Amino acid sequence: MSFYSHRIALQRALLRLGSKPLSSVLSALVIAIALTLPALGYVLMDNLAGLARGISGKPELSVFLKNEITRDQAKIVEARLLADTRITALRFIPREEALKQLSAHGGFADVVVALQDNPLPDAFVLEPKEASPATFEALRTMLTALPEVAYVQLDSEWVERIHALVELGRRAALLLAGLLGTALVIVTFNTIRLQILTQRHEISVSLLLGATRQFVRRPFLYFGLLQGLLGGIFAWGLVGALLLAIAPRAQALARSYSIVLDIAMPSVVEIAVLLAFAAALGWLGAAFSVRHHLHDGPVD
Amino acid sequence: MIQFDHVSKHYPSGHEALSDLSLEIRHGELLVLAGHSGAGKSTLLKLIAALEAPSSGRVLVNGLDVGRMRRSQVPYLRRSLGLVMQEHRLLMDRTVFDNVMLPLVVSGELPRDAKKRVHVALERVGLTPFERVMPVTLSGGEQQRVAIARAIVNRPSILIADEPTAHLDPAYAREIAALFRSFHAAGVTLILATHDDTLYSPYGARRIELSKGRLLT
Repeated sequence: MSFYSHRIALQRALLRLGSKPLSSVLSALVIAIALTLPALGYVLMDNLAGLARGISGKPELSVFLKNEITRDQAKIVEARLLADTRITALRFIPREEALKQLSAHGGFADVVVALQDNPLPDAFVLEPKEASPATFEALRTMLTALPEVAYVQLDSEWVERIHALVELGRRAALLLAGLLGTALVIVTFNTIRLQILTQRHEISVSLLLGATRQFVRRPFLYFGLLQGLLGGIFAWGLVGALLLAIAPRAQALARSYSIVLDIAMPSVVEIAVLLAFAAALGWLGAAFSVRHHLHDGPVD
Repeated sequence: MIQFDHVSKHYPSGHEALSDLSLEIRHGELLVLAGHSGAGKSTLLKLIAALEAPSSGRVLVNGLDVGRMRRSQVPYLRRSLGLVMQEHRLLMDRTVFDNVMLPLVVSGELPRDAKKRVHVALERVGLTPFERVMPVTLSGGEQQRVAIARAIVNRPSILIADEPTAHLDPAYAREIAALFRSFHAAGVTLILATHDDTLYSPYGARRIELSKGRLLT
């Protein structure tokens, strides 16, 4: 009996969706557009986070010596660094090798040829034992204080900035999802309000003949849920299409920085979460609407 | 079966539709409510079906106090009644068959059993050939018969009709009245509000008259 009444409600909701296909599709598209923006933002942030993870490697410190420092002085610095227990690996990069690497890097060969002297300093690249911010900061302070050192650079700084940016982007996407989710609830609320108005006579007759409030409400709730679900499906279609459209250009841009970029499509779990989110918001909008508009029951 | 115990009904406008009315309707009775427009006939019928609540007093239907009934119980009361209103209240975008099926759909009857009962109800009112047509194509008398089929499809023990022949010509009115009398003959308690009690009085109906919300006879 209960399952049957749900089946009837679902059938009636589907009939209502199908009776005005253009209107149903347009409403679902409005929902889809509202969902596409945060969903796309989230997927892009996910891709960016993956990219940052892929290229960050181990966090390192680059220690640039002053230009006037001789190789002997550099060896003294190296000995001091090797004695430091906080450092797990150390690599010396002479200025000649640094210049060679620079000329091998795309775009700088002509610049290097034009140079009369090698302007690059000798440098050490060291890997701390612990990757904690406190260790990095302590090492940076110690190294900066050395008279032979000109500049200390934390190589993973820009990766951390990307991570921070990704986190900011994710939060923005979530806030946007909350905002546009509210819009989705309002759209469904209004759609159901109009349906209740147009079906006032049928509702009134049903109540007169012994329909329960649940019997009257249920098709509207299913309608909201189905409309949200349809909007969610359209939204994923749009997200997929937009990702396919921007992928070639994004990959070309990444290649120019010698980065291999794979744009990942949303996972099955992500798709399921968005569909559930859209369906739940549709149901919520419908629930608010029937609660508000069918509260007193239009019996007469 | 149905008892009105010092029932009054006041509307927010100040109009007093019923005033200290006490009445008992027995099982299997044919009761005709007579009276001028605004006498309180429709209000009395609405109180039985919990379409209105009494301002004071008690309305008991099969022992249940309709005025104090929980809202969730009201649909089950209405399913036990057959209601025919002055305006037939058919769904004009549904076929005759679907209109008659509606009370069975709302009460969760399984389709196979429901369809059989719809066929029986339509046969009872003589509308079997019209089951696939839209009510809008039918005459007033035929539309009222659809409403009657819808009222009896749940096999109610109490049938309530509010001016069921008000807008019909005399020939149709006699036809509908004969149909109601046949339900009464089959054991259904029949309560009718009508301006034309001559359609029922010669057939053993109890006639009561209302005036300004009070019982005259």
